[in-house]
Amino acid sequence: MNAPLQDLAIAPIVWAIPGLPLIGFVLIMFWGGGLVRTLGDARGRRVVGTLATAVVLLSFVISVFVLLELLRLEPEQRRAVASLVPLMDRMPWIEVGPVSVQFLALVDPLSVLMCLIVTGVGGLIHLYATGYMSHDRDYPRFFAYFNLFIFAMLVLCLGESLLLMFVGWEGVGLCSYLLISFWFDDEENAKAGNKAFIVNRVGDVGFMLGILASLAVFGTLSFHTADGRGILDLAARGETLSGPLTVATASLISALLFLGACGKSAQFPLHIWLPDAMAGPTPVSALIHAATMVTAGVVMVTRMSVLFAQAPVVLLVVAAVGLFTALFAATIALTQTDIKKVLAYSTVSQLGFMFLGCGAGAFGAAMFHVTTHAFFKALLFLGAGSVIHGLSGEQDMRRMGGLGRYMKVTYWTMLIGWAAISGFPGLAGYWSKDAILAFASGIPSIGMFMYAVGAFTAFVTGFYMTRLMAKTFWSAPRLPEDAHHPHESPPSMLLPLIILAALSVVGGLIGTPWGNAFERFLEPVLPGADMLHVHEAIPHGVGLALGALIAIAAMAAGAAAYRRAPSAELLPATVKATQPIYRAAANLWYADAAANAVFVQGGGRFAGFVARWIDKGFVDGLVNAVGVVTAFLAEIARGGQSGYVRFYAKTMIAGALIVLAYALIQAGMR
Amino acid sequence: MSLLENNILSLLIFFPLLGGLIVMFAPASSARGEAQKGVDAGAKAPSSSAAPIAIAAAAVELLLALYAWTLFTPGRPGFQLRFFADWIPDFRIRYDVGVDGMSLLLILLTAFLTLLCVIYSTRVDRRPREYMVFLLVLEAAMMGVFCALDLVLFYVFWELVLIPMYFLIGIWGHERRVYAAVKFFIFTFVGSVLMLVGIVYLFVQTGSFSLTELMTPTAPAGQALAALDARALMWVYAAFALAFMVKVPLFPFHTWLPDAHVEAPTAGSVILAGVLLKMGVYGFIRFCMPLFPQQMAQSAPLFLALCVVGILYGAIVATVQPDMKKLVAYSSVSHLGIVMLGVFSFNELGLSGAIIQSVNHGVSTGMLFFLVGMLYDRRHTREIAAFGGVRRVMPLLSAFFLLAAFSSAALPLTNGFIGEYLVLQGAFLSKTSGPVYAALSALGMVLSATYMLWLFQRAFCGPVKHSEVGLLPDLALREKLVLVPLAVLVLWFGCYPAPWLRMIGAVKPVASARSSVRQAADGVVQAAGGPVQEAAP
Repeated sequence: MNAPLQDLAIAPIVWAIPGLPLIGFVLIMFWGGGLVRTLGDARGRRVVGTLATAVVLLSFVISVFVLLELLRLEPEQRRAVASLVPLMDRMPWIEVGPVSVQFLALVDPLSVLMCLIVTGVGGLIHLYATGYMSHDRDYPRFFAYFNLFIFAMLVLCLGESLLLMFVGWEGVGLCSYLLISFWFDDEENAKAGNKAFIVNRVGDVGFMLGILASLAVFGTLSFHTADGRGILDLAARGETLSGPLTVATASLISALLFLGACGKSAQFPLHIWLPDAMAGPTPVSALIHAATMVTAGVVMVTRMSVLFAQAPVVLLVVAAVGLFTALFAATIALTQTDIKKVLAYSTVSQLGFMFLGCGAGAFGAAMFHVTTHAFFKALLFLGAGSVIHGLSGEQDMRRMGGLGRYMKVTYWTMLIGWAAISGFPGLAGYWSKDAILAFASGIPSIGMFMYAVGAFTAFVTGFYMTRLMAKTFWSAPRLPEDAHHPHESPPSMLLPLIILAALSVVGGLIGTPWGNAFERFLEPVLPGADMLHVHEAIPHGVGLALGALIAIAAMAAGAAAYRRAPSAELLPATVKATQPIYRAAANLWYADAAANAVFVQGGGRFAGFVARWIDKGFVDGLVNAVGVVTAFLAEIARGGQSGYVRFYAKTMIAGALIVLAYALIQAGMR
Repeated sequence: MSLLENNILSLLIFFPLLGGLIVMFAPASSARGEAQKGVDAGAKAPSSSAAPIAIAAAAVELLLALYAWTLFTPGRPGFQLRFFADWIPDFRIRYDVGVDGMSLLLILLTAFLTLLCVIYSTRVDRRPREYMVFLLVLEAAMMGVFCALDLVLFYVFWELVLIPMYFLIGIWGHERRVYAAVKFFIFTFVGSVLMLVGIVYLFVQTGSFSLTELMTPTAPAGQALAALDARALMWVYAAFALAFMVKVPLFPFHTWLPDAHVEAPTAGSVILAGVLLKMGVYGFIRFCMPLFPQQMAQSAPLFLALCVVGILYGAIVATVQPDMKKLVAYSSVSHLGIVMLGVFSFNELGLSGAIIQSVNHGVSTGMLFFLVGMLYDRRHTREIAAFGGVRRVMPLLSAFFLLAAFSSAALPLTNGFIGEYLVLQGAFLSKTSGPVYAALSALGMVLSATYMLWLFQRAFCGPVKHSEVGLLPDLALREKLVLVPLAVLVLWFGCYPAPWLRMIGAVKPVASARSSVRQAADGVVQAAGGPVQEAAP
């Protein structure tokens, strides 16, 4: 954990990884509209789309070079710092007293992995969006925001200090807001964007306080410094700025940071924004709200894993929150009819799995699931987008069905995504989910319970995904009469689907329990075995076999249920037995309603009360009362200003007499 | 050139007066009646020779301020560009001016915002000459406030600021302008008159009006100050603090602010929020901190409580305002609470944050008031409900608004974040405030996003609900000229505040707080277990 910072030959161009998308953003923001006007609509759009995609893919290429450079070093030496500003060694951002933050990138296995995912999957989704958004009137604006998002996400992943990570963190929040409310002509979309940003801000308060506390405890915000006194350097040695790192301190900071992670990664109870975020265009849902941004919480927790490792209670909380969210969201996914909402709750659920992994101390397994999830969930969202595109905007699965005939590529790739997320043996999701569950079983004392609930959630996952497939592709067509003829999407949309499908098949092979290359790659950034004891209570073979069995059973059960009763929600008997539960789940377990009642309605009423009665009534009332009283006193005093000399003379004599009397009394008393 | 160099601050103070004098005698407008009123914001301003002269004067003033900046040596402690001469020798009142990093920043902000206000106000069609004269007189008075190092001189400029502002609100304001102008005047005047009593008391006791003498512990005045009875000094401090906290304004003395803002013309609001409120902050740092350090420390619990209440209270009240200008005004109450939290943290981070946040608030809130003014010019209402769908109609204005809104909500890489982070970090490490105050204040992050985004949603998003909105033109050249520099500053301060922070670092209270930061951090770390050995590199 305490290797010195290395010099990378490639460091001078690391800035380009986030820099190129930023340049893309600036170019498109300022000249995109003009380009479309001067070059003509079709050509202008092509130029804008190509530029936006090219910068991201170029970033991907550079990321690959950085990875290769990094792989040439010994594993424990894979840690370097590079400037994020071209031609400058280090550009200071905030330097006041103990705060010293520069625009620097930390190049290590974790950040490079995330760069590859963000730019790789991001590039594919950009390509997809050139087709998906081709008829949108705000085409340049969309790609400007999309590139800005990639920039912010890369800053988040590469940032060398907590504060720089926070810059990316808030930046992706901004882009998420801008893209959710992209079609702002409908106020509902704007509301969804607000909800996302504001709920995220609740978590961000935790992150911010975590930053404040980190500086107080470690005296720096840098993860690693040249002299080995960065946050992670110190934490790995169990030190602080002064003296040993206590469990209480580690727990406090990691709990605050985890609150931030809950916001960004949509963990209960801050999950409520993510399903609403589906108001944005589907490529946005795929890129931001499935593959990359929402996993930022997991990335942050992994980045700080040496600190979390020393806070056992917080780890337990992380695992519990993750597991609860996983099951909770999966049950809701069972009941939704909007294809994107199902996938949204599925994402919340999968993120829960990732946190279960973190909480079990298996940060590597969690990051592995981040990776495979990026492949198959992006695939599923893009597939859903292809379906929606083919149906000219229809998202309700009750009006789908039998689409496999019309869109072969979409169907087959979605089928792979379905198998991958369900954990079909050999596919990407199988390996990563199994790894998380296996480590969860090793959580002290309640490991087997956690494993059982996790395995059950895995079953539910397979079931609701099968339901989605059945309703969309397998059952009899239920398209409305006046619907457009369903059509397959253009090649620009299908190519990303195919590539992601391929990755969903083979992507898991880098992290199989045998010769886990993925885990070994990440090892240098994770807490060592001496710090955190992680084990699997269930043997490899048993775990894998059980996982395979659960996946196949879930898929079979789902297929059986929805084959026979294609338009019903569940088998009639089951529905009857679980009616109240079903209704509660379909109503999102009333989480949104409760949040709305307490914070939006209640908070609004409270603010109204404060503004009306306390501010206008009391505080300003007092001010005006002072004015009124002064005027009243002045009115009385005005009586003395009669203007008659005799009145003034009388008053003077009276005054003189009083003074005289006072003097005499004083003298007499002495 | 050395004449210019030696007298640059005096020039800064008196040049706007000269400009105002010229404007006063400028030929009256010839074609006032022809100017189109109404929705056409792009229409040419009523042609009066007052506007070009005023623009020229404000531009030269900005150049002078920039020139003063080039003469300034950032890292050097103490006051620079100093000039003094006897003014009323019988009472040892001197004309004494000088600047440090804090005052120079505020001078630059003042010159910058005034120029933008003058450019923006070329469309004022009622008595444009007088309007410009008042703006320039106001500028001179504000320059005086930030340059003066003699207590009487400071007081004169401090009160002088009130007069043009009073007329700007009272003559060019909206429906309840007289009520607002009188409220503004009385409120701030009551506070400052007590300060005058305090100033006189100090003179009687120490024989000096000179800030620099009073600040120097070895000078006779400084020794006399140190020997003063602490209880009496507490009263003097209270008089100063009252004047300043009304100006800031701190809860519960804030109610003049929303009224003044709502009734003031756009330029008045911009100057009011951008500069006038900062005079209160400036007063605390410039006068209270060096003159009454113990008293200030003793009063810290009260002030910190008021800051935190103000941060949350202002933000909560802002969320439900139906009037855009009022919403921005209450957001100012919240933001200034953050600034004062930084001041009362008494450490380098908090003070630097407070000063930079003062400037940032001037830029962001100034921008917001300009934008609201532009909407008002077009629609003749500031009611949020009267808008809706503006983003489709005016994409450019909306983009600027979004930038200003996020800067106000302290998004990183905009200016708002720098100050807010530094203040929160300072408060967290401070012995006087500490983590609890920082945590409570951090809740403002959620609220500021709430009121800003909710405003944006209702006024700018959704379909066009009122047919009048659909016809509104996007930004005219004049308006772009005002907004672009502000937008540049928002990002510049957000991405590269280092030079400004360095300038602030040498300000006396900031610099002397530096040594105590370590001890403050010490306290926190000890609470977390263990003594401090070494501060961060």
